[in-house]
Amino acid sequence: MENFEASVGYGWYILTGAWATVQLTVFSCAVALVIAMVTGVAMTRNSHLLRLVARFYVEFFRGTSVFVQLFAAYFVLPLIGITLSPIQAGVLALGLNGGAYGSEVVRAAINAVGRDQREATIALNLTGWQALWWVILPQAVVLMLPSFGNLAIEIMKGTAVASLITVSELTFQAQTVRSQTGDTAIPFLLIMVTYLAMASLMMSFVRWLEKRFGRGITSEST
Amino acid sequence: MNWSWDYVSEITPSLLQGLLVTVQITLISSVVAMAVGLFFAIAKMSANRWISRIAVMVTEAIRRTPLLVQLYFLFYVLPDIGIVLSPLVAGIVGLGLHYATYVSEVYRAGLINVPKGQWEAARACNLTGRQTWTQIILPQAIPPMIPPLGNYVIAMFKETPILSAITVLDIMGEALAQANFSYRYLEPITLVATGFLFVSLCSAAVIRLLENQLNLRAA
Repeated sequence: MENFEASVGYGWYILTGAWATVQLTVFSCAVALVIAMVTGVAMTRNSHLLRLVARFYVEFFRGTSVFVQLFAAYFVLPLIGITLSPIQAGVLALGLNGGAYGSEVVRAAINAVGRDQREATIALNLTGWQALWWVILPQAVVLMLPSFGNLAIEIMKGTAVASLITVSELTFQAQTVRSQTGDTAIPFLLIMVTYLAMASLMMSFVRWLEKRFGRGITSEST
Repeated sequence: MNWSWDYVSEITPSLLQGLLVTVQITLISSVVAMAVGLFFAIAKMSANRWISRIAVMVTEAIRRTPLLVQLYFLFYVLPDIGIVLSPLVAGIVGLGLHYATYVSEVYRAGLINVPKGQWEAARACNLTGRQTWTQIILPQAIPPMIPPLGNYVIAMFKETPILSAITVLDIMGEALAQANFSYRYLEPITLVATGFLFVSLCSAAVIRLLENQLNLRAA
């Protein structure tokens, strides 16, 4: 704090970590979204095997802490011949973990779509996939959005942990500055504000999506 | 990859020691979260607009920033202004405070979900404020809160390994210390993952049981 010039200099250095945080968040959310959709839908199918596999995946990744998964991806996978860059390991762990939580959201949303809708698709002679794609999912997605927004923020918060496997994102940069300058307050306050801004931005985006996809559905639901 | 049972039996005692610390942290932080969460919930529902607005802002700020950064803040920044916390205390405070914001939402939702008619009926029956709360409102508000509260306790349990980043020797801290010492990661991390899976599955089953029990009583 004594040296304002220096603070501005390393402040900029810390903010360069924001790019890695954004990358990690976007890629992990994308992986989580795809996995959540696939396993979530699998859990609502009639096939016992499909449900069992999906359930096993979800319980495994929700049951072991994301922190442990991250370390496993970075330190244990190389032992069986899969060497990942720190960012890849981060995306893998955060994506698989987020996907497990997300699939519960997808499952619940699909089950929450009215029974009459399902019966209508049978009456119209739609195949299972047609019914899912054209009738059930468009309505379920609106129900998923608020939970997905929260999940995306949880994933964004999880990216901070990736600093421990040497991804040079915000928290890692702040730690570097701390260990080299001994300055603590400014680095950590700076990254807290940055995380807060990112989370608030994501929140507004999800709100906008909710409005956009909610058109025509919210008005008739009573 | 070669799995060594000798090494497993060598490190198991210290991992169990770490598991004990993890469980202790989870329990104490849960108590902190539930107490501070109550305080947040009351502040958020305060009739005073300023108090409720500030409470919402504070809780959202805590909710939207990573726990790890908050822990670093407690552990590295606070000593600058003269507050030195041991790693364990900083971890418990950080974890408890972080989850207090989630818990406060559970309290709030539980209270809001008690129908307004119940309050009006209590007033019509001429019950005192204390009677209204203890006989009418809380008995209806608390049971639905229990499953989500239980889930947050499990979530906290799964977050405790982050505390190893501020040198707490929980199960993950012990595992990483062993791994750094021998440079074998496979066994410690696999054991920790198995331990977490085991405890989370058991506790999830207990909560499901509790939920069914509560539903039965409500029906």
